[in-house]
Amino acid sequence: MKYWSKELETIKRPDLEKLQLERLRRTLEQASRSPFYRESFRRESLNPENVRSLEDLAGFPFTSKADLRSAYPDRMLAVDPVEVVRMHSSSGTTGQATVVYHTARDLDRWTDLVTRSLVMAGCTPEDVFQNMMSYGLFTGGLGLHYGAERLGMMVIPAGGGNSHRQIQLLRDFNTTVIHITPSYALHLSDVIKDLDLNTDDFSLRLLIFGAEPYSSTTREKIEKAYGVTACNCYGLSEMNGPGVAFECRQSEGMHIWEDNYIVEIIDPVTEEPVSPGEKGEVVLTTINREAMPLIRYRTRDLAKLYQETDCPCGRNFQRLSRIVGRTDDMLIVRGVNVFPSQVEHVLMSLPEVGTNYQILLGREENLDRMTVRVEIQRRMFHGEMGELRALQRKIQHELKEQILITTEVELMEPGALPPSQGKAKRVIDKRQI
Amino acid sequence: MRGSNIPVLHHSNLFKEFTMPHQISVFLENKPGKLERVTGLMAEGSINIRAITIADSGDFGILKILVDDPKEAYNILTRNGLVVAYREVVAIKINDTPGALLIIAQILQRHGINIDDAYGFVMESGTAAVFVIQVKDPAGASALLKEEGIELLKDDDLYYL
Repeated sequence: MKYWSKELETIKRPDLEKLQLERLRRTLEQASRSPFYRESFRRESLNPENVRSLEDLAGFPFTSKADLRSAYPDRMLAVDPVEVVRMHSSSGTTGQATVVYHTARDLDRWTDLVTRSLVMAGCTPEDVFQNMMSYGLFTGGLGLHYGAERLGMMVIPAGGGNSHRQIQLLRDFNTTVIHITPSYALHLSDVIKDLDLNTDDFSLRLLIFGAEPYSSTTREKIEKAYGVTACNCYGLSEMNGPGVAFECRQSEGMHIWEDNYIVEIIDPVTEEPVSPGEKGEVVLTTINREAMPLIRYRTRDLAKLYQETDCPCGRNFQRLSRIVGRTDDMLIVRGVNVFPSQVEHVLMSLPEVGTNYQILLGREENLDRMTVRVEIQRRMFHGEMGELRALQRKIQHELKEQILITTEVELMEPGALPPSQGKAKRVIDKRQI
Repeated sequence: MRGSNIPVLHHSNLFKEFTMPHQISVFLENKPGKLERVTGLMAEGSINIRAITIADSGDFGILKILVDDPKEAYNILTRNGLVVAYREVVAIKINDTPGALLIIAQILQRHGINIDDAYGFVMESGTAAVFVIQVKDPAGASALLKEEGIELLKDDDLYYL
């Protein structure tokens, strides 16, 4: 199997652009049914009917993460709520989450994009697919799950963590493809070695990476440890989740499914398009989604586009490079998005500690480790060990509630951390990716 | 006391009346040189340390000291930015002989007094030792121990042996 939707995947550029324009016009009209875009278009005196070419998209304002937050919970919804069949949510920067809604048709299209991505990566119905991404509000788990099922692979919905069980499943069910974060892949290979097992005895043949940026060195290291090839995948919950762009067997950049997304690369400061092939912020417009269209969404991911659109794989979609950074201070810890301001928000609500803090990121046994340093308040110290331990646990608990990952908490003396004014160095990232 | 989170120090007139020994606790963050800093400040202020104990939780610790001038020690440490607590403890005088501590333990157990922390030191080898206990209600515990005929030490007894 080479293609899933051959006609669309091998569409010629001029035909693609015609399709994009048609879908863009439909999307803009659909978007204007949501309170958010209706007001936005009216404010800017924009009429979707006046869009005559793809270039006209540039006349529409960007949509930012802040817009998404301000539209919480449903001001970007463009369909009757009864048509919505699922929502996904990603963490917000100050406790305010962002929500993306899907109709049954949206899910069907997303699933199809994932299916064709998996076929492009070389998956077949004979494969056994072990999904090691967590299931839930996070799109990484469910996103690939349904596409893998549609392709006809046997899906093992293992979810994240629990290495011994993962290995047991890998062996007992002859898993051939796994979906995993690069850092967990590194960790898992250590566990496999510790158990005196050899990946050569497994049936594994392909790793699909998601949710985390990583270097080409890490990729080579993992490919060597498992003795199989890895495939890179790009997505974000605002754009459905995984399946926005995927690598083909050439392993030279990720094809963006341009029949579903219009991609722009801009200078994050001037907001002007960068020169072709230059690095910039990825801006995406959904053109095949109805519940919640997003127009010119600023992903804050930094990457570049390959200049050539002809690929030996036969697809003419533009290719995106690896994500090389972020325009904001978002951290990715064990595949989970974390903003320093979320940590700040938690600490502000605790009278026992000051608002100065420091986040330390390190890696132990190939797993991310996050430590939060806080200053205790003088007046809450009564010389009791139990009291301080309880405070540590409380902070840990509150952080886990907010950012969904377990952190170490270090208590410091007041004044021990750099003061909050100015550009204090809040994050010390010692991880090597 | 009006509120448990108000350090006793603020009731400065109470200092003279209290005869129970006072313990200074210092929060120590996980950094080298912290003990040196505390002991250095004590030496500078000519304060004599009678007993010292450190509880370590792995990433931070609590240093507890009995000194000859607890009020001054508290002020020096606080002035130098350290996080300090000040509280009453019960100092029990026991014989420096086998089984002496057992008698105290039995009394405490009988009265249901729970020890939050404890440490001991010898005053005079072969003769007298001190068992310091930290309890929720030091005054109550002191009264009970006295009724049982146990000798308790006052601030002065401890510091000017």
